[in-house]
Formats: sequence, C-alpha cells, structure tokens
Amino acid sequence: MRNIFLICKKELKSYFASPIAYAVMALFALIFGWLFSGYTHYFAQRGMEAMMQQQPVNVNESIIRPMLGFASTIALFLIPMITMRLFAEEKKSGTIELLMTSPIRDIEIILGKWLGSLLLYICVLLMSALNVALLFAWGKPDLKPVLVAYLGLILQGGCLLAIGTLISTMTKNQIIAGGVTFFVCLLLWMLSIATAFDTSVTAQVLNYCSIVTHIENFNKGVLDSKDVIFYLSMIFLALFLTSRSMESLRWRS
Amino acid sequence: MIKVQGLTKRYARTVAVDDISFEVEKGQIVGFLGPNGAGKTTTMRVLTCFLPPTAGTANICGFDVLENPMEVKKRIGYLPETPPLYPEMEVNEYLTFVGQIKGIPGADIDKRVAEVIGRCALGDVRAKLIGKLSKGFRQRVGIAQAIIHNPDVLILDEPTSGLDPKQIIEIRELLKALAGEHTIILSTHILSEVEQSCERVIIISQGKLVAQDSVVNLTNRLRGAEAVSLEVEATEGKPDPTEVQGRLEQVAGVSRVMMKDSKGGRLTFEVESLQGRHIRADLARSVVNSGWNLSELRAVGLSLEDIFLQLTTAEPKQEGGQK
Ligand SMILES: Nc1ncnc2c1ncn2[C@@H]1O[C@H](COP(=O)(O)OP(=O)(O)O)[C@@H](O)[C@H]1O
Ligand SMILES: [Mg+2]
Repeated sequence: MRNIFLICKKELKSYFASPIAYAVMALFALIFGWLFSGYTHYFAQRGMEAMMQQQPVNVNESIIRPMLGFASTIALFLIPMITMRLFAEEKKSGTIELLMTSPIRDIEIILGKWLGSLLLYICVLLMSALNVALLFAWGKPDLKPVLVAYLGLILQGGCLLAIGTLISTMTKNQIIAGGVTFFVCLLLWMLSIATAFDTSVTAQVLNYCSIVTHIENFNKGVLDSKDVIFYLSMIFLALFLTSRSMESLRWRS
Repeated sequence: MIKVQGLTKRYARTVAVDDISFEVEKGQIVGFLGPNGAGKTTTMRVLTCFLPPTAGTANICGFDVLENPMEVKKRIGYLPETPPLYPEMEVNEYLTFVGQIKGIPGADIDKRVAEVIGRCALGDVRAKLIGKLSKGFRQRVGIAQAIIHNPDVLILDEPTSGLDPKQIIEIRELLKALAGEHTIILSTHILSEVEQSCERVIIISQGKLVAQDSVVNLTNRLRGAEAVSLEVEATEGKPDPTEVQGRLEQVAGVSRVMMKDSKGGRLTFEVESLQGRHIRADLARSVVNSGWNLSELRAVGLSLEDIFLQLTTAEPKQEGGQK
C-alpha cells in the first residue's frame, strides 16, 4: 500500500513539474468555458421560448448533460497525453531499472502509476466542475445525475487510462505509445458509433464491448451496476495485462 | 556472500553470459573486467533480479534471485550503467524517494539521506534539480542512491565511465571508503581501473569466464610468470589429491598450486610459477618420478594475455568512440 502511494505521489509530482499538466488543464478550462457559455446562451434563448409556450425547461437536460457528454469525447484526446510517458519514459531513461530492482512488486508500480494518471485526469475534469458549480450557485439543478455523470466519466477515464498504461509498457518511445493509445481509443469510440444502429448479434456484442457505449447511461444520470461492473472488470483486465507485459519485459529484454 | 553457479543468459540470438561460476566473500571488492559486449551488464542485471537467468543459479546473502527476489533486492544496492535519475527531482527529494521504495522506515529516512549526502559530498547540490547537475555529480547521486539503504552488497556497473580524470579519482576515493562496509562488485573495461580499486578480479570475455584471481597474482602472471594446467593420473587406483598437491608445491619455482577438478581417477591442477621461472619440465619430472601418469600439460597463460591485449588496445578507441 505504502509503495503504491509512493509511486503515485512521484507520478503526480512529475506531471506537475512539467508545464504540460498546466497546459492541458488550461486548455480544458477554456474548452469547457466556451461550451458552457454556448449552452447557457442557447438555454436562455430556449428558456424564453419555452416560457412563452409554457413548457418546462431543465438545466440538467439542456446544459450539464450535453457538456459532460462532450467531456467524454474529449477524454479520447486527453488520455494518450497522460499515459504515454508512464512506462515509456522510464524505459528510455533507464529509471525502470531502479524501480524493478527495488523491493517493490510490479503490481505496486503499475497501480501507483495508474492511480497517478487517474488523479491527474480527475484534476482536468474538475475544470469543468467549475462551470457546473456556477449553475448550482444560481440555479437549482438536480445533484444526483451530475454526480452519476462524473462517476461515469471517471470510470471510463480509468478504463482508457489502464489501456494507455498497458500500451506504454510496450515501447521506449513516448510518441509511439501516445499514438497507439489514441488510435485504440478512437477505434473504441468509432466502434460504438458504427454499431449503434446495427441489430445483428456481432454488432451488439461489439457495441457492448465498446468502452464508450457504457458512458451513455451514466450521462443520463442512470446508475446501472452492469455498467459499473463492466468498467471495473475492464480496468482489472487491462492492469492485469500490464503486469503480464512487465513480466515479459524481464524475460524478453 | 555472492555465489553464482553455471549462470547462463541467452537473448533472442546471442548468448550474452555462458556458464559462469564465481563466488565473492563478504567485504571483498571485486572487479568485473571484460571488453565491451563481454556480458558484464547482463551478469549484473541477473544478480540484481532485473533479468532472470536462462540457466544456472545466483545466490546473494543466502537468497536465490529467482526464488526470493524480494529478499535479494532488499540487500542489494545497484548503480546501472546510466544512473537511474529523475531530472525533474531535486537531489534531496530523489534520495528520499529511493530510500522510501527501498523500504527504509519513515522515521529514519531524513537521517539516512543526510548521511549519504555527506558521504558522497553532495551537500552543495542537495536542493538542485538533478537535470541541472554535471556528469560527475550525477554519478555521485547514482552512488548515493545505491547505498541509501545500507545494503550488504553493492553492484556498480562501470562507475567511472565517461568521467574526466579528476572525477574518476574522486569516485575511486569514494569507493575505497565504502569498501569496508559493503561487499562490492564493480565492472569495467579498463585494466588499470581494477588495479587501482579492487582486491580480486573476475575476467570475462564473450560471455565466458576467463580467469578469476587476486589482483596481485594476476599482475604477477602478466609480468612473465607461467601458469600451467596439468592432469595427473595414478597407474592404479586414485591418486591422493593432497599428496599430489604437496609434491607439486615442492617443485622449485612454483608459487601456487590450485586443484581445479577431479574426474574419476584424474586430477586437474593449475600451477603458477614465480616471476620469470620455467617450471614445466620440473613439474613433469616430479609427477613421473612420484609414480603417477601425466596425461596433460599445457600453458594457460596465453588466453589471459590475449584478453589483456584486447582490453588495453580497446580502451582508447571505446573512450573516444562512445557517447
Ligand atoms: N537487451 C538485449 N537484447 C539482445 N541482446 C543483448 C541485450 N543486451 C545485451 N545484449 C548482447 O549481449 C552481449 C553482452 O552485453 P552486455 O552484457 O551489455 O556486455 P557488457 O556490459 O560487458 O558491455 C552483447 O553481445 C550484447 O549485444
Ligand atoms: Mg555494460
């Protein structure tokens, strides 16, 4: 436990030692700010019309949900940037020899690194929470669906980060690690789009396997244990494969 | 302290280490000498549990590297060929991190960090970013991280390579000071390095162990002493090893007799002469006069000289060509 925490702390420190973490966070604050102002503006217009037609309007439905839905798409671009260095950098600089000859277990290294990347990802998500907090200050949106949506984002992020961690163990080259991770994320994302309206069995299975499909319920504010279990088992699987990959690093190299 | 038996490491195509056996006693400082590509780094990586051996065993402080890697790792300090440093960390912070993952209890960390900073003369740079340090300082930070948990065994891979002469002297001094407390293996491809810092030397070339001896004996051999391998057989039954050894030691000009092997009724010895003495004829006569058969007699010094030649000629080229 102590070792996981140590590695995690080290990862977070080195993220924040470089300007990249701040740049990414600033970029996302900007994107979310822009989306937020766009949606609120639209909402205000629609609100007027709706009031005239005496229809109910909902902040959750018309601002928070589309905004967080967009966040899950942005994650596809964000994840490779976060995970590409995790192992590739240590392999390149040789510090992996320090970690692997220290009395800590491989799985502790892996969990520490993954946790570090997840915390950074959560920090980035918090940039969007600033905007959401504004809505709570001035309006009365429902809290529960917002929390569920964030939980979904974190689970999906954890899943993609685990895949990125796995890919980072396979190369010394950060750019390759990042590129392949982006490609895999993109593939998963497209898979869910391509199979969404196809009813054949294979398409449904593929659709089920797509990591992006399971975010939809969360985004609607529906907490389904099936989705949670799916994400948790995908995280487990990817991290397990990472430990196998590290093991083979020993035997191959 | 360190016991290696039949160690073999094969990569996809190359056999990097081929059936090496040696032992290192507690408190010794041993030089691992060989030209580039000899398999020094590979052997060290097996000893530190970074790579598993393909065959054979390595035992450190009574723990096997495959069966009990955690225990081995706790007792080993390792400086790889390139020091494993995080450029974005400060020296203090880095040593604290390494101390923590080496399992030093939280209460003792600050004390240990201060101690190694003192030993490695890092006081002036303790709050500097590692990325901003000079090569000599980085090497010292590398040594500091290797000794932070006060390990029984120190394994240093080419600790002086790429440094300028002044830095080399500083590192040598540091190693000498450390020698009392730790068992040290250091690798190098430079002969004079071993003469300077080590008590014993293990020479490998192309993955094979060529010689292991005290530095004094080796320099003797180099200066024209003769080394002879001979096989003795009894005409009937088995010769008594101590008796044979005793007879050989009495031959004029012999400085040392080592028993190498006994297979069936056959004993193999390695005999060394004093400087400038030729002992082969006398050895043969002595064996035959004692009523034994001499089944083989050959000089073994030659291959060693070849290696030294390779080492001494390869040195300037590598220094200039690499990095
Ligand atoms: N990761 C590796 N994969 C394949 N071959 C390797 C690897 N590392 C070293 N070798 C080969 O093993 C041999 C020994 O290398 P090494 O142990 O680094 O020698 P030294 O440290 O004595 O210079 C060399 O022929 C080298 O090419
Ligand atoms: Mg080497």
